Amino acid sequence: MHIVVLIKQVVATTNVKLDPETGTMIRDGVESILNPFDEYAVEEALRIKERMGQGKVTVVTMGPPQAKEIIRKAVGMGVDEGILVSDRLLAGSDTWATAYTLSQVLKKIGDFRMIITGKQAVDGDTAQVGPEIAACLDLPMIAWVRKIESISETQIRAERLMEDGFDVLESPLPAIISVVKEINEPRLESLKGKMRAKKYDPQVLTVADLPGFEVSQVGLKGSPTKVFKTFTPQRQYKGEMIAGEPAQAAANLYEKIKTLKIV
Amino acid sequence: MNYFLTEEQQMILDTARALAKSKIKPVREKYDEEGIFPWDIVKEMAAADLMGLYIPEQYGGMGGGVFALCLAVEELSKVCGGISLAMAATALGTFPLLLFGSEEQKAKYLPGIASGKHLAAFALTEANAGSDAGNMATTAVRDGDDYILNGTKQWITNGGEAQIYSVVAMTNKAKGTRGATAFIVEKGTPGFEFGKKENKMGIRASATRELVFNNCRVPAKNILAKEGMGFIVAVNTLNNSRPGVAAQALGIAAGALEEALLYSRQRVQFGQPISSIQAVQHMLANMATEVEAARALVYATARTIDSGEKSFAKISAMSKLFASEVAMRVTTDAVQVMGGYGYMKEYPVEKMMRDAKITQIYEGTSQIQRNEIALQLIKEAAKMK
Ligand SMILES: Cc1cc2nc3c(=O)[nH]c(=O)nc-3n(C[C@H](O)[C@H](O)[C@H](O)COP(=O)(O)OP(=O)(O)OC[C@H]3O[C@@H](n4cnc5c(N)ncnc54)[C@H](O)[C@@H]3O)c2cc1C
Ligand SMILES: Cc1cc2nc3c(=O)[nH]c(=O)nc-3n(C[C@H](O)[C@H](O)[C@H](O)COP(=O)(O)OP(=O)(O)OC[C@H]3O[C@@H](n4cnc5c(N)ncnc54)[C@H](O)[C@@H]3O)c2cc1C
Repeated sequence: MHIVVLIKQVVATTNVKLDPETGTMIRDGVESILNPFDEYAVEEALRIKERMGQGKVTVVTMGPPQAKEIIRKAVGMGVDEGILVSDRLLAGSDTWATAYTLSQVLKKIGDFRMIITGKQAVDGDTAQVGPEIAACLDLPMIAWVRKIESISETQIRAERLMEDGFDVLESPLPAIISVVKEINEPRLESLKGKMRAKKYDPQVLTVADLPGFEVSQVGLKGSPTKVFKTFTPQRQYKGEMIAGEPAQAAANLYEKIKTLKIV
Repeated sequence: MNYFLTEEQQMILDTARALAKSKIKPVREKYDEEGIFPWDIVKEMAAADLMGLYIPEQYGGMGGGVFALCLAVEELSKVCGGISLAMAATALGTFPLLLFGSEEQKAKYLPGIASGKHLAAFALTEANAGSDAGNMATTAVRDGDDYILNGTKQWITNGGEAQIYSVVAMTNKAKGTRGATAFIVEKGTPGFEFGKKENKMGIRASATRELVFNNCRVPAKNILAKEGMGFIVAVNTLNNSRPGVAAQALGIAAGALEEALLYSRQRVQFGQPISSIQAVQHMLANMATEVEAARALVYATARTIDSGEKSFAKISAMSKLFASEVAMRVTTDAVQVMGGYGYMKEYPVEKMMRDAKITQIYEGTSQIQRNEIALQLIKEAAKMK
C-alpha cells in the first residue's frame, strides 16, 4: 500500500510578521520547520505501513529548494521517499494553485492508495489544500481524523473529530484524510534514519516534469485569491485607572461594573 | 570544551538528548516513585537505534564502540540515571558475548540485543561474594553435553526483565579463580527463576533482582570462552563496561550541575540572585571543573579502548572511580546550592543525589577501583627497572 503524505515547511513561530510594504511574510532570521500537524500525518502513515507489514510512504512538498530539509526530517522519521516540487513559476501560488500543482504530482505518482495531510498549516491556517486536492482528483475525503479504526487496501474506517464529539466514517480507498494532533504521538528521528536523511537527496520536480501542467493555473497570476492589503492589527490597550483611596476606588469600580451590567 | 566528535557521534548525542528531553524527563519522577521498570522508554530507545550503539554493524548494531555507548549513557543520565541503566546494564551483560562469544553465539544473540528487543544482564555477585567474587557458591556441574547450575545470584541489574544472562558459576572449586566458568543462560530455561526484587535508595527505575538456579540445565555450547575462564571473562567485561558506569555518573553530575546553575540565577536572597554570592559561585565553579575533568577522562578512556589498545584496566578503573566520586560530590553540592528546595522532591536534585551513590558501589566499589589502579601502577613500576 503506497501512502503519500503532503507536508509543508513553515516558520517556527506562531507570531508571523508581515512586511508592511509587500504584504508577504518576513522569513529572514526565522527558523523553518516541518509544519507540526504534518508530523502527525507522517507518523500515522508510518504506523499504517507498520500495521500492514508492507507498503511505502512517500512525502511530497511544494516549496523553495530549502524545503528539502523537511523531507530529510521525514526520512529521519522513517519514510521511504520524498519529492519536492519547486519552480519559479509556482511563486505566489495560493491554496487553489497549490492544490492544483500537488494534484498533478499525485497523478504522476499514480499508484497511491491513500493521501494524508495535517489538519492545516500553522502559517496560513486555511486548512484548504487537502479538500481542494480531493476536489481536483475527485477523491473522497475525511477531514480531522483523530483515529483510524480499521484500514485495508480498499477501505478505511475513521473517527472524525467534531466540536461536540466525533463521527465514525467509512470510505473506499483511494481517499484523502487530514489528521488532528489527537491521533498519535509522533516518533523522534532514529539514528539510522538521520544517517540516511543526511545523504538523502530527494527527487526535485519542476512543472515541466508534470504532464499536461497548465502554467496559467498557478503563480500569482493563476491564483484566484487576490491579496489587496495585509496588515498586523495594532493592539489597543484602553485601560482605565480607577484612582483614589482603596475603599472609594472599590466603590467606584463596583458602580462601573453595575452600569456595564457585568454583574 | 571541544571533544572533536565525528558527525556520527554528534548525531548519537543529539538523538539521546532529544529522547531524554521529550520521553524521559516527563516521566522520571513517576518511575522513581513507583520503582517500575521503564519498558515503554526502552522501546523508544530501541526505535531510535540507541540500544545497539556498541554492537558491530554485522549484528545489526551501530558499531560505535564503547565511546558511542558512553555518549548516549551520559546524555540519558543527565535526565535520569535510573532509566539510562537499562541500556548500560545491557551493555554489561553483552560484553562477555562481544569479547568471548563464538561466531555462532554472537549471531544467535547479538541481533536481538542490538535491535533493543532483548535486554541483557551480567550475574557475578552473590550474598557472600561481592567485592570478593571468588567466594561465590553457585556451581555448574557437567552432565553429558550439559551443565547443571545451582545457586543464587544477588542484585542483578535488569534481572527478570532481560532475556539474556551472562552468568559466572564455579565449575571446579578446588581450582580457585581458575575454577569458574561463564555461561549464557536464557530467560525461560527450566530451573531458572527470579527471586527477591530489591527496594532501593536510588536508580529506582532499574530492576535489581535475585536469579535462582535450581538444577538448571544449560548446554555446554552456551559456555563463553572455555571452562575455567569465568573470571577472565568477568575481569575483561568489567574493564570494558566501567567507562559506561563512569558515563552514567558523569551524566548524573552534569544534570545536577545544570539544575543548580539555573536555580542559582532565579533564587533571590539578601536582595540578589544567589548566583551573585561568592560562596555559591565557588561551589558551582568546583562542580563544573570536576564535571569537565571527569568527562575528559571518561572520553579519553573510551577512545583508548576503541582504538584497540590492549591494556586499559587502569584507566578504566580510574574513570569509574573519578567520575563516580565526582557524581557524589556534585549532586550533594547541587542540593546544597538549592538549599531547602534542593532537599524536596519537587526538584530533581535529591533524586540525582540518591542515584549518584550506586556508581561508587557497583561494578567494583571505589575501594576496589583504587586497589586495581594501585596494582597496575605497581606492575608498571616493576616493568620499568
Ligand atoms: C543496585 C545494585 C545493582 C547491582 N547490579 C549488579 C549486577 O548487575 N551484576 C552483578 O554481578 N552485581 C551487581 N551488583 C553487586 C555489586 O557489584 C556489589 O554490590 C559490589 O561489587 C560490592 O559488593 P558488596 O555489596 O557485597 O560489598 P562488600 O564487598 O561487602 O564491601 C563492603 C565494603 O568493604 C569494602 N571492601 C571490600 N573488600 C575490600 C578490599 N579488598 N579492599 C578495600 N575495601 C574493600 C568495599 O569497598 C565496601 O566499602 C549490584 C549492586 C547493587 C547495589
Ligand atoms: C526538611 C526541612 C525542615 C525545615 N524546618 C524548618 C523549621 O522547622 N522552621 C523554619 O523556620 N525553617 C525550616 N526549614 C527551612 C530551613 O531553615 C531553610 O531551608 C534554610 O535556612 C535555608 O534556606 P533556603 O532553603 O531558603 O536556602 P537559600 O537561603 O535560598 O540558600 C540557597 C543557597 O545559597 C546559600 N546562601 C544563601 N545566602 C547566602 C549568603 N549570604 N552567603 C553565602 N551563601 C548563601 C545557601 O548556603 C545555600 O547554599 C526547613 C527546611 C527543610 C528542608
